[in-house]
Amino acid sequence: MFSRALRRSAALPVRRAPVAQPLARRAVTTDAASSHADKESVPTEDDKPFEVKLSDESFETYELDPPPYTLNTTKKELKQMYYDMVAVRRMEMAADRLYKEKKIRGFCHLSTGQEAVAVGIEHGISKEDHVITAYRCHGFALMRGGTVKSIIGELLGRREGIAFGKGGSMHMFATGFYGGNGIVGAQVPVGAGIAFANQYEGKDNVTLALYGDGASNQGQVFEAYNMAKLWKLPIIFGCENNKYGMGTAANRSSALTDYYKRGQYIPGLKINGMDVLAVKSAVEYGKRWCSEGKGPLVYEYVTYRYGGHSMSDPGTTYRTREEIQRMRSTNDPIAGLKQKLLDWGVTSEEELKAIDKEARSHVDAEVAEAEKMAPPEATPKILFEDIYVRGSEPDFLRGRIPEENFYYKESAVPKEGEKPAPART
Amino acid sequence: MSLPIRTLRRVLALPPSLRLRTYATSPPNARLNTETDYKTTPILHHTSSSALSNPELPASVRTSQTHRQNFFQAINSALHHALSSDDRVLLFGEDVAFGGVFRCSMNLATNFGSERVFNTPLSEQGIVGFAIGCAAQGMKPVAEIQFADYVYPAFDQLVNEAAKMRYRVGSTGMHAGGLVVRMPCGGVGHGALYHSQSPESLFSHVPGLRVVMPRSPAQAKGLLLAAIECKDPVVFMEPKALYRAAVEQVPVPAYTLPLSKAEVLKEGKDVTVVSYGTPLYTCSKAIRKAEEDFRISCELIDLRTIYPWDRSTILESVRKTGRAVVVHESMVNAGVGAEVAATIQEGCFLRLEAPVQRVAGWSTHMGLIFERFNIPDVARKERYSQW
Repeated sequence: MFSRALRRSAALPVRRAPVAQPLARRAVTTDAASSHADKESVPTEDDKPFEVKLSDESFETYELDPPPYTLNTTKKELKQMYYDMVAVRRMEMAADRLYKEKKIRGFCHLSTGQEAVAVGIEHGISKEDHVITAYRCHGFALMRGGTVKSIIGELLGRREGIAFGKGGSMHMFATGFYGGNGIVGAQVPVGAGIAFANQYEGKDNVTLALYGDGASNQGQVFEAYNMAKLWKLPIIFGCENNKYGMGTAANRSSALTDYYKRGQYIPGLKINGMDVLAVKSAVEYGKRWCSEGKGPLVYEYVTYRYGGHSMSDPGTTYRTREEIQRMRSTNDPIAGLKQKLLDWGVTSEEELKAIDKEARSHVDAEVAEAEKMAPPEATPKILFEDIYVRGSEPDFLRGRIPEENFYYKESAVPKEGEKPAPART
Repeated sequence: MSLPIRTLRRVLALPPSLRLRTYATSPPNARLNTETDYKTTPILHHTSSSALSNPELPASVRTSQTHRQNFFQAINSALHHALSSDDRVLLFGEDVAFGGVFRCSMNLATNFGSERVFNTPLSEQGIVGFAIGCAAQGMKPVAEIQFADYVYPAFDQLVNEAAKMRYRVGSTGMHAGGLVVRMPCGGVGHGALYHSQSPESLFSHVPGLRVVMPRSPAQAKGLLLAAIECKDPVVFMEPKALYRAAVEQVPVPAYTLPLSKAEVLKEGKDVTVVSYGTPLYTCSKAIRKAEEDFRISCELIDLRTIYPWDRSTILESVRKTGRAVVVHESMVNAGVGAEVAATIQEGCFLRLEAPVQRVAGWSTHMGLIFERFNIPDVARKERYSQW
């Protein structure tokens, strides 16, 4: 075999014509409106369950039986999903505007186009479950229980922000939500630890550790896979594949773009991440899998971001405008669900408009409130608090000049005749 | 003249294995750089009464029994106490279930089960990330990095995740405070490039972390239990040269010793010597010789917690003595000594009789055969204490 390879390579002409890089294969559909329900089977009651059939192309599996292609849902839940996705997008658009108005500064990564992942996951898990993700986290923070006001407040650097204005775009925490992590890939082993602690305490819940197609090449992602499989941790690793790690297309950065197969010894599932119903179904399936003690899973949510990687990236230098336009016009998760809700008679055009309006006005009102928040007081207390656990801090932390040193034990003014040395900690 | 040459010839005629080995022992006729005698050094408590006289011990412990333990046995006792007193304490790292390469976790897996004491894969970044996740859930993970030299892949997790968590979680109250990362550090005579490093100064640059390095078994036990109890992430560095060498009387019950508090080991009038970890033993010897040779009186202080460190004890001492020497094993450049020296000149400038001296490792790597030239020895320390 080896000798044949040698012979063949020797026979090849020295100069080869440049071979076009094959585009990353994404065989599951990204059609956001691919599921189906019989109009007759949709009940009139808002909270009576009925069955939705997912498209045959919703999933691809690796060493795993596919999740059921049917999903039980209610009209109420579908409408809530729609509301949530509209709210997330509206909030991201507000962030975009505030950034362009130079009210939000620094780094800001928007998830416009990827709403179905955050919303689908939240509808597939409960508040007792845990989510940790990377820097594109606004939607997750909102879905986990953060308010629009606290998220936009955070972006604006306000005291009422979800992380007291200290984290900004990439760093948001909520109950059951562990960030919001600025270091690409660092959240994945942390997620494994969270899953372990829950397993250790005998809790029947699941942890979802999310990362992007760019982060999937980080070594620590594989370290986390290994530990999770070794100890059968109840964790679903989730690669949000939006095709580009910053400006590098997945096939240019990854030797294997089948991110759901990257767990090798961990079963994987590739999911239509533009269809909120497929995401919900997959996550519910994964949660059952984990609670049966079967160990971890590796998910790949095939999705697409409309905007650039961050606010400084126009997002058009490494992909065509046509590609973005095509995804926006034909695969949009919100438009997809909207069409289905109307087709299935879940709701009327008027009711949908009312939901739209309600979501938008709620977000707009909270954004306006956030904009009115005063900038934080310029006191050292705000700067120095929460570095160490309260009450056990060092005597002081150093400012630029001795007079600015911050003394934790309330003695910002040293006692007379006892001026502490201007030293560092 | 002919006699020494004849002797040399005779030595060289011997097979290599019987030749005098001059590289691992002290030089012949050495007056200063002799081997440290751990049986008599004043750094260790050789009697039960001296061990129990430590005023930092709680009253109930001061009336208790002691037993002779070396450094790794004391660590083992501390881990045993921690595991048995709190279900949330976990112990994991590379090979810890077998007892660890330095025997610190002997029998703990047997006593507490493989659910709580377990081996991890060889993946430092993963181990620390995993531990931070556990701590964020309220557990008290004690992660072991097999050698401090291996901690660099986990540096990101410690600096960016562990240290910053409390600062960036807003009102959720989440933190990684239960985390303790233990790691053996420092030279042991033949560790060479990747088994002799002492990277404490790297972590001392990071607010949010606490960095601790104990000097003796009794200190190790109390400080490790304090580190586990502490609600901030702690990097706990154990000088591996002391694991077997340092043996002392250690109180039997569990006790904690204060973090961020230096300890004056010997009082003096003319010069303050500040150090931590293994060099304290050579400092103690150098001080004895310096006091004989130059008729001076030296104060010796163990920093114990390297960050956030106890400035007031050091400043108070230097205000008294007017001179200071800072001693550590790791490289002198941007080391802990730089921070201590700068603090002293800021805080006691008008009281200083001489420039603050740093006696530390040379700014080079730890070459196998050069380890003992690199680590500050008694002669260097004695010379500097004279200034």
